[in-house]
Amino acid sequence: MSGHSTSEHAKSPLTTYFAVWGALLFGTWLTYQASLLDLGPFNAAVALIIATTKALLVALFFMHLKGASEKLLKLVVASTIFFLIILLALSMFDYGTRTFS
Amino acid sequence: MAAPTTHAHNPALLHHFATEEQQRNSASFGMWIFLATEVMFFGGLFCAYLIYRRWYFGDFGAASTSINAKLGGANTAVLICSSLTVVLAIWAAQTSRRALMIGMLILTMLFGLTFLGIKGIEYNDKFEEHHVPGASFSFEHVAIPSHPDQYANPQHAQIFFALYFIMTGLHALHMVVGLGIFSWLLWAAWKGRFTPQYHTPLEIGGLYWHFVDIVWIYLFPLLYLIDRHK
Amino acid sequence: MATAGTPNVERENYLNKHYGVGSWLLTTDHKRIALLYLLSITFFFFIGGFFALLIRLELLTPASDLVQADTYNKLFTQHGQVMVFFFLIPSIPAVLGNFLIPLMVGAKDLAFPRINLLSWYLYIIGGLMMIHCMLTGGVDSGWTFYVPLSTSYLNTKVVEAGLAIFVAGFSSILTGLNFIVTIHRMRAPGMTWMRLPLFVWAHYATSIIQILGTPVIAITLVLVVAERSLHLGIFDPKLGGDPLLFQHLFWFYSHPAVYIMILPSMGVVTEIIACFSRKRIFGYSFVAMSSIAIAVFGFLVWAHHMFVAGISVYAALIFSLLSYAVAVPSAVKVFNWTATLYKGSIHYDAPMLYAFGFLGLFTIGGLTGLFLSALGVDMHVHDTYFVIAHFHYIMVGGALMGYLGGMHFWWPKISGKLYPEGWARLAALIVFIGFNLTFFPQFILGYLGMPRRYADYSHMPEFQILNVFSTAGATVLGVGYLLPMIYFLWSMRYGKPAPDNPWQAAGLEWQTQSPPTTFNFEEEPVVTWEAYNYEEIEKGHKEVPQVVG
Repeated sequence: MSGHSTSEHAKSPLTTYFAVWGALLFGTWLTYQASLLDLGPFNAAVALIIATTKALLVALFFMHLKGASEKLLKLVVASTIFFLIILLALSMFDYGTRTFS
Repeated sequence: MAAPTTHAHNPALLHHFATEEQQRNSASFGMWIFLATEVMFFGGLFCAYLIYRRWYFGDFGAASTSINAKLGGANTAVLICSSLTVVLAIWAAQTSRRALMIGMLILTMLFGLTFLGIKGIEYNDKFEEHHVPGASFSFEHVAIPSHPDQYANPQHAQIFFALYFIMTGLHALHMVVGLGIFSWLLWAAWKGRFTPQYHTPLEIGGLYWHFVDIVWIYLFPLLYLIDRHK
Repeated sequence: MATAGTPNVERENYLNKHYGVGSWLLTTDHKRIALLYLLSITFFFFIGGFFALLIRLELLTPASDLVQADTYNKLFTQHGQVMVFFFLIPSIPAVLGNFLIPLMVGAKDLAFPRINLLSWYLYIIGGLMMIHCMLTGGVDSGWTFYVPLSTSYLNTKVVEAGLAIFVAGFSSILTGLNFIVTIHRMRAPGMTWMRLPLFVWAHYATSIIQILGTPVIAITLVLVVAERSLHLGIFDPKLGGDPLLFQHLFWFYSHPAVYIMILPSMGVVTEIIACFSRKRIFGYSFVAMSSIAIAVFGFLVWAHHMFVAGISVYAALIFSLLSYAVAVPSAVKVFNWTATLYKGSIHYDAPMLYAFGFLGLFTIGGLTGLFLSALGVDMHVHDTYFVIAHFHYIMVGGALMGYLGGMHFWWPKISGKLYPEGWARLAALIVFIGFNLTFFPQFILGYLGMPRRYADYSHMPEFQILNVFSTAGATVLGVGYLLPMIYFLWSMRYGKPAPDNPWQAAGLEWQTQSPPTTFNFEEEPVVTWEAYNYEEIEKGHKEVPQVVG
């Protein structure tokens, strides 16, 4: 008997794994295609949104974050991302508001 | 989940833990925290990248166009496949499928080696084109994609390549470490150390591998696809 | 260590269970690792203190007559690097945290004992690299490694120093990782979060900072080494780089680093104040949450080190505001400690003297931090002795006093011996007097305009008298620090054997024998009482029921 708490759905996790794999490959193709379009300033945003979706898929399903019994792991991930964003955002705020060249 | 009432514990249970569950949860939690440190480690590089991309968007675009997005995309697919084989290896351990587990571990490592091989080809291309920062760096007369009448500033392009090599190089280094970890996991799997009740090293090794995949998921669009539209 | 003069048969404990160098260098016992750290950080404290002594000797006279300016630059750089990275950051967590956290939560060891040993070895490797660096030329960039000076213009061992700190940083990360997992996963039954000693909360908050902040300085040092070796242009303005990028990345860690240095000390002070007032801590949950708040807010203020460096004025405003906010949780702690003292039954043992010293000196240091957070004031006092006085009040008057107080408080538990109380009180007094004599004049010097990092101040000879006071104070301070080293060592051989709970203190660590056995508790303790249950202890004048045989 498996004493491990993966996402214990009634169906096998295999379906989920292959579905995520397919989604990740699709997302990669999509990223590449989107970069060939001229979306102006939104090119970067689209790329990051797709990348973040892919990262979330890996984290939630491959790294079993979704099925984690405690909220603790999600808190660790969320906090880390929060502080990374602080680093990026507050630095960019400095650079973005400098009025001298 | 109740603690086991027998004391016939797995020899892998370390003395300072009360139960196997405590040990497994601790190991997993410890790896997640280590991954948090890795996020911040790479995060500093992403910060530097973002700032210079904003300052020198045109020059970065020119530099980005000169690296091979097809190879980068292929590498992304390779890593995605390797993450799949990792979860399949763990599933195999959970369901006592020893041959599949070993096969998936080997496949994971092959994907990892493929990734490094493709990386090697890319690095070699950059070396031949004199795009490696340093004394022989050269980036003359390369048009900026969004303003084709202007040439990119070589110094700013050098910053792009510096970040490209440092970020992908650091990532590749993590890949090499990952291969080392998986070699050990393969050996341990071969030795029959993993059972449905105990395969914690596989799980935490898998967490590490997935993290390395996630870093690449971000590196690919940010480095390879800056200003690709014509 | 054998105790020659003890009449009683010595009980088996973690010190005498195994003998030999191998049993120490390959130990996974958190208590032995704590002692390994104790020896190492004391060694580095001497080195950092030696540099401080030379700095103060140089500043006795306005002219740069003791050492040349280049040498002086190495002195203050290495004083800072050694003291910050090889003394203060490890000190309380690696010594007292390592020793006490498993005991306080009721565990047999930390979650990852081998990683604990690894962290000590990484510290030693980093330390040896730093010593080698200092012996083969040293580094003179300032402990802050500012670019492009450190990357493009210096001829000194910047790379080696940077790599040494890189390695030591991983020691810090692993310690933090171990603490977080231990506190989450290894608490004994009944030891809920809100029953934990606040020392544990403080270390939990510290560990969060270590985990999230240290990797950023690690990558920054990698970039410095790369830039210096390959001239990439990442930080060099001549090649299109921005020196401020370095400062953003550096201070993103180095500001939270100061909270790594002070939070554990606050945890120590909380334990001491409760014990020597014989009262529970006033506002337990506020103190616990304020530790977390300090850790979180501490990450939001880094650019207050860069107000005059060239950041945008809008960024400066935001960071100034946030810097005011970060003072609030610290103030909450000061109020709670004060309220704990009120109507307490105060005992003036040496640990308590250090705690009182901490209260006053940390408050002064913290308030002067608010001065520095004000943009207008900072324009004038940035890079002056005002800043130096500010951070020494917190680091030395705060963190180091807390460390010494904690060493005295837990010495009977760690060594099984009592230190001589009379000498300890005298030493505490000497430290307090010496400290104020050293650093208070520096506030005045800074306000009057004496710049930091100058060997020669002969264009402002009127500053000499205050510098002389400061150097005199440093000498007194040095004596104050030497005394505990002498009498702690003395006590290991000649001190009275300590009872298991000499202070009648609350906390699981006091329920073990002094010194504890290797596995801490014979049986897993089951906690049914709240933290700081001094009322129960006082009422019965007896200890809380023993949980170990």
